[in-house]
Amino acid sequence: MLDIRGLAASINDKPILNGIDLAVPPGEVHAIMGPNGAGKSTLGYVLSGREDYVVTAGTVSFNGADLLAMEPEQRAAAGVFLAFQAPIELPGVNNANFLRTALNAIRRTHDESELDAVQFLKLARAETKRLAMPDDMLKRNVNVGFSGGEKKRNEVLQMAILRPKLAILDETDSGLDIDALKIVADGVNAQRRPDFSALVITHHQRLLDYLVPNRVHVLLNGRIVRSGGPELAKELEKSGYADLIAEAA
Amino acid sequence: MTTGAPAFLARYEAALGRLPGDSALRAAAAAAFRSAGLPGGTQQRRIEAWKFTSLRSVAETNFRRESAPRHEAETILAGLLQLDAPRIVFVDGTMRADLSTMPTPPVTTGNTQPAPASTGDAAPTPVMAGEDPPSTPSSHGTTITPTATTLNVARFAEQPDFGTLSWPDREPMVALNTMLAADGATLHVPAGHDGGTVQLISIATADTDNHPRHSIRLDKDAKLTLVEISAGQGIYLLNTVAEVHVAPGAHLTHIRLQDEAQTAFHISTTYADIEAGATYDSFTLNLGARLSRTEVHAQLTGPGATAHLNAAQILAGTQHADFTTVVSHAAPKCTSRQTVKNVLAGRSRGVFQGKIEVARDAQKTDGYQMNQALLLSPDAEIDSKPELEIFADDVKCSHGATVGELDSDQLFYLRSRGIPDAEARSILVRAFLAEALDAVTDESIRAILETAVERWWERQAA
Repeated sequence: MLDIRGLAASINDKPILNGIDLAVPPGEVHAIMGPNGAGKSTLGYVLSGREDYVVTAGTVSFNGADLLAMEPEQRAAAGVFLAFQAPIELPGVNNANFLRTALNAIRRTHDESELDAVQFLKLARAETKRLAMPDDMLKRNVNVGFSGGEKKRNEVLQMAILRPKLAILDETDSGLDIDALKIVADGVNAQRRPDFSALVITHHQRLLDYLVPNRVHVLLNGRIVRSGGPELAKELEKSGYADLIAEAA
Repeated sequence: MTTGAPAFLARYEAALGRLPGDSALRAAAAAAFRSAGLPGGTQQRRIEAWKFTSLRSVAETNFRRESAPRHEAETILAGLLQLDAPRIVFVDGTMRADLSTMPTPPVTTGNTQPAPASTGDAAPTPVMAGEDPPSTPSSHGTTITPTATTLNVARFAEQPDFGTLSWPDREPMVALNTMLAADGATLHVPAGHDGGTVQLISIATADTDNHPRHSIRLDKDAKLTLVEISAGQGIYLLNTVAEVHVAPGAHLTHIRLQDEAQTAFHISTTYADIEAGATYDSFTLNLGARLSRTEVHAQLTGPGATAHLNAAQILAGTQHADFTTVVSHAAPKCTSRQTVKNVLAGRSRGVFQGKIEVARDAQKTDGYQMNQALLLSPDAEIDSKPELEIFADDVKCSHGATVGELDSDQLFYLRSRGIPDAEARSILVRAFLAEALDAVTDESIRAILETAVERWWERQAA
């Protein structure tokens, strides 16, 4: 599914990623943990094609294609989805129209017929219900006036509707209470299928209680310094990153 | 070949005695225009109010008054975005009864309900004055719908009324209009009546210059929605002057949809006198014309009066659009609101000049002014000139301006969801404009403005 080799990237000439090697097989959920400034969000941005980041070395293969050669919208069409840590507000853009435009843009690239407003609303209402979102979130402007939790749920809603092959969740759990956390985790779990993988970026082990990963990786100074099974997350919760930081120093 | 001010003056000399109305006023206007000339024209007299807009291109254009129409008015009219409402149509400056539809008279007299909107073929045959060319006005049939008590319509060519609000030596283009005005619409809504919605449509089919003179009067507690639409084909000049009088408690909604030919010149000057508790709610959408200037003078003369002078200007290529306002708070407790949004592509240039004057006894004035510009190209330009002149001490007046490009976070967010770059940009521009159109509360009017913006955007993409 996703095969990252020797990936290095910088922003404004400042290196952030310093040679990442990571493979996520189809159907697996991998967690990326690490302290602030380790490069976790940068990894998400680089994979989804944010132009401010310059890739200085390495390759990223996504289902056999060269991901780094694609425009952001082509990556989305290929099945990459980034749930933003801080979802962007779009004043004047209706949430339902935004989602339908995105879905139809992706469907066009696969030669699938576009959904009309009625067909789309039926689909979207089913998903908002599942995510315990009020119906009026579809009518409102994208993320404008949404609470922190609503914004995160709106990201999961987008994921559910766009049905990506690889979801990168950038601290989607931050700022959520336990009920919202469960809803978000359930939303991701509902996507789990043999051709769906997820990269879950998080600070806390808590989310991983509900969204059990196949592998956990620790990112430090732009490198993966340790990988292990779900038990690694629990270990980190107890010991913190101090030992790893000392080790790396 | 003579062009510019000398050509306009020669036209006036030649038409002397054939133009309707007060000849002394026209002579005074001609004298004022002779001394001022076209702003930025060959006379090179610098006028502060025209600092950012030069009419040199108008001065250098040969408008052929006698030229035959090159386009079918009916075809242009059929392609226009219109409301399902009565319309008064001017073609090349002359009112055309055959293309107009008049408001239906109310069933009973004294009825204060809005007149039902007439629809195309279902409209009653308008009782309208003959279509004499403006140079030979007839002396009969002054009122077009004598039976309609909710909205009376007269024709300037038949019943010339230069009004009282403007004086020709103040603005050169108003002097030019006063000198050459041949036709126009005089609308009157009697006290307590709702005139409904009426469209004032201007269509240009020939390379001429036209100077319509409109007068809109709402008596006490009357209501009217006026939608001015202008379009055409060719190289022409439309130089409109409208005088608006909103009596105490009355409410006028005034929409302007300027969608002129890309080769045209459009100048529109409005004087609005707004009395106690009355509202003048205006919105201008400038999409067309090579050069346009919309100038609004709003005078809040009675306590509690309100003026909204909102606008959106969407330009591309080398288009130039100027929105200039002067709001005079002459009485206490009045409110004025101005939000002007510009979307500027190519090498286009947007201008906003907004002046708020607060008189000494206009206490508790609430004035607000905001100019926003979205620059879609490094070669686009916005000039913003706010001016506050405050003589009262208990007022709330604020102004602001923002200029920017599309937000890169927003653009990436849309693209990361699979929306191609061009479509993502289009969504963000339309979102910016949607907010500008938010000031238009009437849904059917808003719908045609949205469609006009949509068509403009499609033309750019094509």
